[in-house]
Amino acid sequence: MCLAIPGKIVDVAPDMPHLALVEVAGVRRRVDLGLLQDSLPGPGDWVLIHVGFAMSRISEEEAEAQMQTLRMLGEDAAALEEIRGYGAGE
Amino acid sequence: MAHGAGGKATRRLVDGLFAPLLLGGAAGGLGDAAALDVDGTPLAITTDAFVVTPLAFPGGSIGELAVNGTVNDLAVAGADAVALVASFVLEAGLPSDVLDAEVRAMARAARAAGVPIVGGDTKVVEHGKTDRMYITTSGIGRRISGVTVDPRSVRPGDRILLSGPIGDHGITILLARGELDLEAELRSDTRSVLPLVQAIIKVAGSGIRWMRDPTRGGVATALNELALDCGLGVHLSEDAVPVREEVRGACELLGLDPLHIANEGQFLAVVAPDCADAALGALRAAPGGEGAALVGEIRAEPAAAVLVATAYGGTRIVDMLVGDPLPRIC
Amino acid sequence: MRFVDEFRDPAVITRTCEEIRRLTDPSRHYRFMEVCGGHTHAIYRFGLRDVLPAGIELIHGPGCPVCVLPMGRIDDGLALARDPRVIFAAFGDMMRVPGAHGSPLEHKAGGRDVRIVYSPTDALKLARSNPDRHVMFFAIGFETTAPSTALTLVRAKAEGIRNFSVFCNHVTIIPAIRAILDSPDMRLDAFIGPGHVSTVIGCRPYEWVARDERKPIVISGFEPLDLLQSTVMLLRQLRAGEAKVENQYARVVPWEGNRAALAAMAEVFQLRPYFEWRGLGFISQSALRIRDEYAAWDAERVFDIPGVRVTDPKAAQCGEVLKGVLKPVQCKLFGRECTPERPVGALMVSSEGSCAAYYNYEHRKAAAALAAPA
Repeated sequence: MCLAIPGKIVDVAPDMPHLALVEVAGVRRRVDLGLLQDSLPGPGDWVLIHVGFAMSRISEEEAEAQMQTLRMLGEDAAALEEIRGYGAGE
Repeated sequence: MAHGAGGKATRRLVDGLFAPLLLGGAAGGLGDAAALDVDGTPLAITTDAFVVTPLAFPGGSIGELAVNGTVNDLAVAGADAVALVASFVLEAGLPSDVLDAEVRAMARAARAAGVPIVGGDTKVVEHGKTDRMYITTSGIGRRISGVTVDPRSVRPGDRILLSGPIGDHGITILLARGELDLEAELRSDTRSVLPLVQAIIKVAGSGIRWMRDPTRGGVATALNELALDCGLGVHLSEDAVPVREEVRGACELLGLDPLHIANEGQFLAVVAPDCADAALGALRAAPGGEGAALVGEIRAEPAAAVLVATAYGGTRIVDMLVGDPLPRIC
Repeated sequence: MRFVDEFRDPAVITRTCEEIRRLTDPSRHYRFMEVCGGHTHAIYRFGLRDVLPAGIELIHGPGCPVCVLPMGRIDDGLALARDPRVIFAAFGDMMRVPGAHGSPLEHKAGGRDVRIVYSPTDALKLARSNPDRHVMFFAIGFETTAPSTALTLVRAKAEGIRNFSVFCNHVTIIPAIRAILDSPDMRLDAFIGPGHVSTVIGCRPYEWVARDERKPIVISGFEPLDLLQSTVMLLRQLRAGEAKVENQYARVVPWEGNRAALAAMAEVFQLRPYFEWRGLGFISQSALRIRDEYAAWDAERVFDIPGVRVTDPKAAQCGEVLKGVLKPVQCKLFGRECTPERPVGALMVSSEGSCAAYYNYEHRKAAAALAAPA
């Protein structure tokens, strides 16, 4: 029910502010911004696209925070292993 | 009829109807061309019909497909195309400049491929009975000595070579139809792969087990046919398969798998492990072969299946296409 | 691809899987249901079952809008395509779904005007450029897709486009989750919640799952790292004896949902008193119909819809597979009478349907299992 892809707004038609040109890996399509009219995104913003409509603005901060959390998963684990290693030597 | 899309239905039509009635039952290992021995001269013969819409698209047109497609079918059968013949079915009312353009395109493509078109036929049918223009080309070629392509010669440990990025043609056509309102800088990859095939024959010759041009139904369908014909496991490494960014973007947007998308200027080869690196090097050194890659290998298991593995150890089985690739929203 | 490739990083995936293994109690069998068909598809596409420990079982939920549509609704829509004035437009997902008299694609092969569209706005565009024809858009989808249909109708009305109508089959996700939890044969530990539906409805509508049913639910994205991180979050809740709603997909899902999308839906749609779901039976307040103010664009009022009720063949076990009670391979028709080429039920057609996913990604293992002596 849910094929939605991140795309970057590259252009907004001045006479049709709810219609943006969005780019996904070099592929472009007109996307309707009507569902985000409360806070219209503009060129340079990333949005989630589903059936030709922008569903949500993508938060770069949240994305980075998520990657940080995930990267730290491994580091925490590595630290734990190290500590266990000290104990095993005794 | 989903039978033309190149996947399961087409294979059933060939195996179930055409082969028993027309070929005396011989269907396995055919590939796209048939081997003929005429008074000791080893030849290959093939035919193909081209029914693309729209007739012209970025990177080519139906005329070029008709020439390159048949030259390629002969090339991957290990044969040097010697001559082509073409037959046209035209819709009454087709503008003459459209026909003119396609004939010129065919002449250009034939010159570029170094293969003459030596004859042809034209029929005109009632308006509405055909999609403007269909072209059928048949080709005859000389089988290159020292090369035997036979899926039964494939062994576990053999490596899989791909000549370049996949999906360019099919996505270009999809976008050119204009129904999906997508734009991208993409062109059909239509070209003769004969020079590239000759390049690997020079260094690998008898080490080449099997070749195929992954047209309709894509790499997945071609490799599934191989898997069924040789009964072994065909393993692909997802990260190794070259795909252009734009093809990837279109596929992600539309929910399509690049492995199922048609190509008109690429080929797959299965080669013995000791000549895999040399074959890759020869391809990459040849003009137009820079994007070539070793994309997988043959293993004993799982029998008669194609498996794709991700870099982190996830696997999935890739089946033959059922009908045409359809965009999805779910 | 930005916001995609990072979440497919093999090194981070491997470490996240190690964390999952650390959090998994080897003596315990976990049953997590992913509600959304898009998650089912992602799990198979990324081969995630290969990297999860054996003790974690993923049960496929009913969140596939194509799969839950009763065959009669497809027949109703296709009946309209027989009118030569009508252009039948639908998403690609619908094209191979079998009706009693053939699928939309088969109708197209038979000469009917059936077109694939990527967006409901593309269907409206068809209406604008074909003023002498009537475009009927066969709308499907959960709350992810309904707002787009709604806005398209708002635009059609504003522009006065009269040769356009929508055959509305939008359904809502919460009643489906309730039906699963009410089902006596279900034993689930936790839910992987639908990420894209939640961009519209937010996270509040799931609070009863945690509070009343005491099941953890994590709203998840669709990339491998999203699903794996959601698994980590569910395991942590279970270890701590907690049950709460968490938003793993925070880069895209707002906790309060999308107000403008909900407003568009409220303007155009209202809840049907009840709707028949394939496999789940009649569920009240679970589907949308078009409001009276938009009656002129409601295909069910513009046209005479036969209202066909078609029961699934007795042998087909779509319902049990939908509810996650049976695995696809356990259905008697799976891989035999019912294959992607000749599907009996929608679960074999839709790329999100568990049967199609199973078949396309796993069937040779399944066939070996079927062939093995009992």
